[in-house]
Formats: sequence, C-alpha cells, structure tokens
Amino acid sequence: MKGTGNRQLGTDARDQGPGAREELANLLRKAAPPVGSDAGPGPDLWPAMQRRLSQQEGVRVGLRAVPWFDWALAGGMAVAGVAFPAAIPVLLYYL
Amino acid sequence: MTAAEIVSETGEAQWLAGLRAGDEAAFEALFGAYQRDVFGWILRIVRDRGVAEDLTIETFFRIYRAHARFDPGRGFGPWARRIATHAALDWMRRPRPEHGMPEEFFAAVPGRAQADPLVTEEIRSGVAAALAQLPPKLRVVAVLAVIEERPQKEIAEALGVTVAAVKLRLFRAMRRLRSDLEQKGITT
Repeated sequence: MKGTGNRQLGTDARDQGPGAREELANLLRKAAPPVGSDAGPGPDLWPAMQRRLSQQEGVRVGLRAVPWFDWALAGGMAVAGVAFPAAIPVLLYYL
Repeated sequence: MTAAEIVSETGEAQWLAGLRAGDEAAFEALFGAYQRDVFGWILRIVRDRGVAEDLTIETFFRIYRAHARFDPGRGFGPWARRIATHAALDWMRRPRPEHGMPEEFFAAVPGRAQADPLVTEEIRSGVAAALAQLPPKLRVVAVLAVIEERPQKEIAEALGVTVAAVKLRLFRAMRRLRSDLEQKGITT
C-alpha cells in the first residue's frame, strides 16, 4: 500500500486540482525527504525502559513505605476535622 | 536469541496474553519485538531521533500502564502505533522555547536520501515554517500522508479517526500549506 499517499489527496475542492496537489506534495517531499521504514533506534532502548519502570516502581514503593500509624494518624485528624470543625483554626494557631 | 525471535518462535498470542495478565517477561519480549516499529513510526512524525527515542519509551510506558485494557483480538502493532501517535501529538502540543520544526526535519535521516540539492535553503525554511504553523493534528496527517506516503487507512487507525476525517484534515492541511507558501513567495 506504500506509495499511495500522494494519490490519496483526493478532495472535491476546486482550489486544489490534482496537478496542483501533486506539485505541492512533490515540493514537500523534496524539501523534507521521507524517513521511510528502515529507520531504527541506535541503541537498544530496553535499559532506558527499565529505568523508567523502576522510577514508577519507586513512586509506588514511596507510598507503601509510609508506616501504617502515619496513615492512622492522618485518618484520625481528618475525622476530628469533620467532627469538630471549630477546632481547625485553634489547631492551625498552635502549629 | 533476540526478543523478536522469541516472540516469533513462541507465538505472539502467548506474549499478548501474558501482557494482558501483567507478565513483565511478556512485556520485555514485546518491547524487543516492536521497539523498532514504534520508533520508526514516531520518527516519521517528529523527525528527531532523540525525541523519537524518548517518545518510544513514553509509548511503552503508557502500554505498560494500560496493559489490562489491551484487546488481544485487535493486534499489538496497531494498538502500539495508536498510543505512539498520541504520545507524539502530546509532544507536538507541548509549548517549547523554540518555535518551529527541528533542524533535523530537513537533515538527512540516517540511511535515507538527502533533501533535494536543487531545493534552495529559502524554500526549505519556508516549507519548515509552513509545516510548523500547522496545528499538530493537521501536521501529523500532512507529514504521514504526503511526505511519508502512508496509506490513509493506516493513518486513520493510528489517530483513532475515520478515513473521511483523515481526508478532511489532509485537505485543510494542504490548503493552509499552499496559502502559507504563496504568502512567502514560494509557488509550486
């Protein structure tokens, strides 16, 4: 199917006749030659991929590394804030 | 034995099922088998090897995160290409200090022909500026359909739109390119 793109420019517009479209397409291809299908990455990208995955794993581990009592304390503070909203300014004053 | 050979020998279906189940060995095998294809597709769009490498990693990272949504019946290649196209579009939409196409757009991409020596620097920079002024979704279609001569059906699948939408975007892109180039005194 390759090599059909310039012939698929078909539209019904009157300001872009087939000849004009083909000329513009040729100009674009001359100015910017196609990359084609034989371009591959230089080095194997798997090591870089592993680094990216380990960064993501680090974020997950970071969340898991928070001790359970810190989560309990945060939960307790949230519950207290909802139950006694008037205490929030007092707490902020003493922080 | 390379990952691509392993994938082809053991059958892709097994690796695709593994990917869906979150098997990291399957992900590595598919990465090895498809990184060249994904990189090449992205390079056609962004035309910068460094950016294409970064976006290849980004594409596979998105694939890794979305593995549970993968439908083995639709094939890994088209799915990866669609994610790669959207990663490239996201990159094109990102504001950058320098405005315009990278210099590499007109440089020789390794293994490919040089730009036509009869085309002057003025024309090349005019074409670069005109392409840079296109909105990303029009530029992608113009580059893939006109410069890379990819079939419209393939472009439509990669963008997740209909062939009719690709034709419309191509028409709009060509009309804007023609207008911009004429304003710059570059006529075809």
